[in-house]
Amino acid sequence: MDRLIYLDNNATTMVAREVVESMMPFLTDRYGNPSSMHDFGGDVEEDVEQARHRVAGLLGAEHDYEVVFTSSGTESDNFAVSGVLSYFPRKRHIITTRVEHPAVMNLCKKYERDGYRVTYVPVDREGHLDLDFLLSSVDEDTALVSVMHANNETGVIHPVEQIGAFLQERGVPFHIDGVQAAGKIPIDVKKLNCDLYTISGHKFHAMKGVGALYVRRGTRIRPILYGGHQERGRRPGTENVPGIVGMGMAAELAVKHLPDEERVRALRDRLEGEILKKFSNVSLNGAKDKRVPNTTNVGFEFIEGEAILLYLSERGIAASSGSACSSGSLEPSHVLRAMGVPFTSAHGSIRFSLSRYTTDEEIDYTLEVLPAVVEKLLEISPYWDNEKKCGREIKL
Amino acid sequence: MWDYTNKVKELYTKPKNVGVIDDANAVGEVGSIVCGDALTLYLKIEDGIIKDAKFQTFGCGSAIASSSALTEMIIGKTVQEAEKITNREIVEYLGGLPEQKMHCSVMGREALDKALANWRGETIEESEDTEGEIVCQCFGVTDTLIRKVVRENALKTVEDITNYTKAGGACGSCLHRLEDILQEELKLQQSCDDDDRTGGKRKPLTNIRRMQMVSETITDVIRPVLQKDGGDIELVDVDGKKVLVALRGACSHCVSSNVTLKNLVEAKLREFVEEDIEVVEQ
Repeated sequence: MDRLIYLDNNATTMVAREVVESMMPFLTDRYGNPSSMHDFGGDVEEDVEQARHRVAGLLGAEHDYEVVFTSSGTESDNFAVSGVLSYFPRKRHIITTRVEHPAVMNLCKKYERDGYRVTYVPVDREGHLDLDFLLSSVDEDTALVSVMHANNETGVIHPVEQIGAFLQERGVPFHIDGVQAAGKIPIDVKKLNCDLYTISGHKFHAMKGVGALYVRRGTRIRPILYGGHQERGRRPGTENVPGIVGMGMAAELAVKHLPDEERVRALRDRLEGEILKKFSNVSLNGAKDKRVPNTTNVGFEFIEGEAILLYLSERGIAASSGSACSSGSLEPSHVLRAMGVPFTSAHGSIRFSLSRYTTDEEIDYTLEVLPAVVEKLLEISPYWDNEKKCGREIKL
Repeated sequence: MWDYTNKVKELYTKPKNVGVIDDANAVGEVGSIVCGDALTLYLKIEDGIIKDAKFQTFGCGSAIASSSALTEMIIGKTVQEAEKITNREIVEYLGGLPEQKMHCSVMGREALDKALANWRGETIEESEDTEGEIVCQCFGVTDTLIRKVVRENALKTVEDITNYTKAGGACGSCLHRLEDILQEELKLQQSCDDDDRTGGKRKPLTNIRRMQMVSETITDVIRPVLQKDGGDIELVDVDGKKVLVALRGACSHCVSSNVTLKNLVEAKLREFVEEDIEVVEQ
């Protein structure tokens, strides 16, 4: 197979053809500034507002103006956390989880260095959040709770609806990092009872460099950037019009294609099921149910993740790993470690993340290629030899 | 994505000399599955010549490529020639490695050391890499290995040390120790350079310089070791080449304080300051 088989959609996604087309006018003829007084610019504002309406639709927001466009998921996360903290300077406690994305995790660590008390809620072996721990950690001093909707590495969905209901009663601001949920599962910010919700365009077939933060009407938050009046003063800077329009289109497509996610789930389940059946040195990382439909994370024993990725890449398959070597950090993924996945299998973890563009043939091909890759690396591995000496055999 | 050279890519896709030599007379094992990389090297040595070499690696692309490169480099060489191969030469053979992957080449070098030690009949404990104190608990890296790598690769920063040995790459609690080791090595290098400039002969120390160096060595090298065991040391006076010290804390009533005085304090001062220093307890 000559073409690329892209199974790394939690890293980024293909820009949808419709999205590219929707953006083109704003990259060519319609380059006006939406803030301008003349029609040439002013007309563009209507397109920005249409995009806002579409994104509000994806999130289930009551009012369009609750959507603030930003440059990325990371900016939205920073805006949500820092914006709320600076509104309540006397409250010095943050609650988040041990499996957050670095955009939230490293920001919380910074606040910890600054003297904040940060509670990192643990997860169990399957990646499920310790809900009781989280709820009992809330106190008078808690300024914000920030929890991801779905985990980027395992796809495990956190019980944000229950957390939201609890926090709303107590009036504690609640931010959900929904970067890995948007386009994969239905989102309804009203039902989730959250005040803030982060999404990133390029994770659901828009382009890179555009994100949004849902800010519930009445949420106490200060901007983190200062400048012009754009986005009602909440996020100054001339709008990334092509990006925003593209994300609007991507949001509409995501809503329209949400039923397709069942097909994605079936593909994922087939890939995962076959892998777990084919190899005796593999186990699933993360819960089987309560996951976004596109993600699977499997850990191979005795072989190393980066080597698997390089070999797969050779054969035209793009995936991802939580191994230490692939990140350059020398330690395997903080998510897998928080789950207590043994180092032996964390170092050999591989994440496949599908999209609605993934086909049956691509999964067939991947399943066809994988045994040779695993077998070759096992042959190189010193540990496999020991296992064989102990009478263990692998099915290939 | 790592910026791997074509040679690295070639060697991880088609590694040479993979496997086990059943009648190997030298085997070296380094790393562990927990650390994320490990290498077992098998050698067949006849008449002092490495006739065959094979390896098994658990690790990333560059670990596989480094192992393969090492085996290719040593086959046909005498043991004496192989002993001289540095990790730097493995890197050169590969046309370079990303900085964060340098430890893969060091792992190759370590496995070779262990295999040759094994061949000589030394037990693992006697061989160089397990000597010394463990500085990085996470990856089990000793100060002996760190010093060796710092010297062979002319490392200048703590980050370099992490890239080359992995030490300090996980919990980070040994970073300050790495900084100390690095400073000691750099100082040592500096004094070697000074020697070179004076034609290899050391100029006799002036009194003031000797006092400074004694004081520095006690503060930076000796005191940390004693403090680890609850002891301490105080410099009382320096009179010519006679150094007067007082042992404090746990050391002051320790029965082996005399041994400490000779084997640690005097030995270190002789190593770092002057060869004929004499240490006396107050």
